[in-house]
Amino acid sequence: MAAEFKTPEYRPFPTVPEMQPGAMSHLKPFVASEAVQTNIGFPGKLEEGWEGRAIDKMGELLGKYRSLKVFMDSCVHCGACTDKCHYFIGTNDPNNMPVARQELMRSVYRRYFTLPGKIFPKLVGAKDLTKDVLDQWYSYYWQCSECRRCSVFCPYGIDTAEVTMAARTIMDHIGQGQKYSNEILGKVHKIGNNLGLPGPALFNTLEGLEEDVKEDTGVDVRFPMDVKGAEVLLVTPSADFFAEPHIDSLIGYAKVFHAAGVSWTLSSYASEAGNFGLFNGSYEMMRKVAMRIRTAALELGVKRIIVGECGHAWRVAYAFWNTLAGIGAGANDPFAIELQKQLDPNCKQPTHICEYTWDLIQQGRLKFDKEANDHRIITFHDSCNVARGSRMGDSPGGQFEIPRNIIRAVANKYYDMSPETIREVTFCCGGGGGVLTDDLLELRVKGAFPRMEALNRLKEDHGVNFMATICAICKAQFTKVLPYYGFKMNNVGGVHQLVSTAIVLGNEH
Amino acid sequence: MATIEVNGKSYETDEEGYLVDLSTWNEEVGAYLATTEQVNMTEQHWEVINFLRDYYNEFQIAPAVRVLTKAIGKKLGADKGTSQYLYDLFPYGPAKQACKIAGLPKPTGCV
Repeated sequence: MAAEFKTPEYRPFPTVPEMQPGAMSHLKPFVASEAVQTNIGFPGKLEEGWEGRAIDKMGELLGKYRSLKVFMDSCVHCGACTDKCHYFIGTNDPNNMPVARQELMRSVYRRYFTLPGKIFPKLVGAKDLTKDVLDQWYSYYWQCSECRRCSVFCPYGIDTAEVTMAARTIMDHIGQGQKYSNEILGKVHKIGNNLGLPGPALFNTLEGLEEDVKEDTGVDVRFPMDVKGAEVLLVTPSADFFAEPHIDSLIGYAKVFHAAGVSWTLSSYASEAGNFGLFNGSYEMMRKVAMRIRTAALELGVKRIIVGECGHAWRVAYAFWNTLAGIGAGANDPFAIELQKQLDPNCKQPTHICEYTWDLIQQGRLKFDKEANDHRIITFHDSCNVARGSRMGDSPGGQFEIPRNIIRAVANKYYDMSPETIREVTFCCGGGGGVLTDDLLELRVKGAFPRMEALNRLKEDHGVNFMATICAICKAQFTKVLPYYGFKMNNVGGVHQLVSTAIVLGNEH
Repeated sequence: MATIEVNGKSYETDEEGYLVDLSTWNEEVGAYLATTEQVNMTEQHWEVINFLRDYYNEFQIAPAVRVLTKAIGKKLGADKGTSQYLYDLFPYGPAKQACKIAGLPKPTGCV
């Protein structure tokens, strides 16, 4: 069980929090064991000479990623980012101001990679990479959810998430990995999903869902798996097979496919949309996870790849799958070319499930009983990596409009949260980017604070009792932290959970 | 790695108190793990724990929460086949807390 801590109290007027230096310095996630580390090809533990290896790795990253070098050099400490981080707002710890978090790496960068830092380190605030500094890195680079809200406000466009990723990569390569993320990556490589659900367990769960939906609706809605020749491959976070409320969205996707009369399948080999390679910034790891989807797509011969409700997955799918694995335009290795020929050029590859459902709604191919959702007064939480790292549809801002359009099409009561907390300036749920682990519960509760304040205002003004979202992490995080702020754990759910409630089945065609 | 002592025998656990080798589990160990979670074990708790272990033996993974609620509902009556009932028994969440007491690995991922 987590240690005791105080949940932040709602403020009458949100103001810049008073600083409490070191307020969160005690918190760090469990370090990955030797077995977990070596299983995915990283050194088992911190060993003598790690300082040199860390600096070498940093040099390699600076050479490889021009962006990182620019981010190291261009910050002018203007302070625009300071109060934009949900973790700073919730914890008051100045090291959780994005500029200070980055400074942990920047001071080391100056020491080893700039002339003034090499000659007069004290004059330019340059620091040796000592064990103390490493401990601070480990603590505070795992108190960042890589949500990139601070970057929206940075006049130089510095992407803090990329700095965090670089720091985590360096730590992985010297044997100081994080247990939660690295254990999960090992499971994906071995079993195919974050949870470690083997094929037979997936089949069993899906069979059960077919029974449930039949019982509820009287309609034979299928949840097919490993069906060769299906038109659509659905790749969704494995939490959708396991957790509440996630599974209700999975039921929603299946009902949409049923109503559309399309042949679709899941894959037991590629049973995970989420890609934890993004969290520790490892290109190789990210690619290995993405390659499973290409392998499954080729094997099953599908024409279209659709991605379920998963924020980080959609960023990776939308922005990186093309060059990582040849899903989408751009890659030109033989397998990518084969896949390009196989996939239908008339569809977006990949397609987000919300794009797919919204298309059908616009074509008038889905029928809804909106009153079925009348017990819910709904708002929508924009998930960080969808909002700031990707897009949907054909026009700018589609990633904000499409999910809201779907909700308005399936439900009558909808309200937006305050404008400074949604869309491109949305607050992170507090659990993204690899911090959704029990050992960081204090951080997660405190980091959810700004989102909870915005939700609470809607609860008071309009009685809102359901926050819809399209990310497995957001759903799991809110289920856990909502009760700390006076809500019920089932006040959060998926957009396709709402679709599932309202969709009218049984008289297709 | 840590160890716990039950009836003079020691068992290895991970940092979070989950049993490392699930084959060494027995009811005394389960009862001990429950005390570390401040869960007061009753017959209803053991029903869930036994179901979890049976399911794990068959599928090498804990059941989805929905599968668990359905199975409990079938066995003990529809009023008990709800996640609320399971949360009443295991307040930190049926998946993680009950798995720990049952000696199963912790479910990981976006859950």
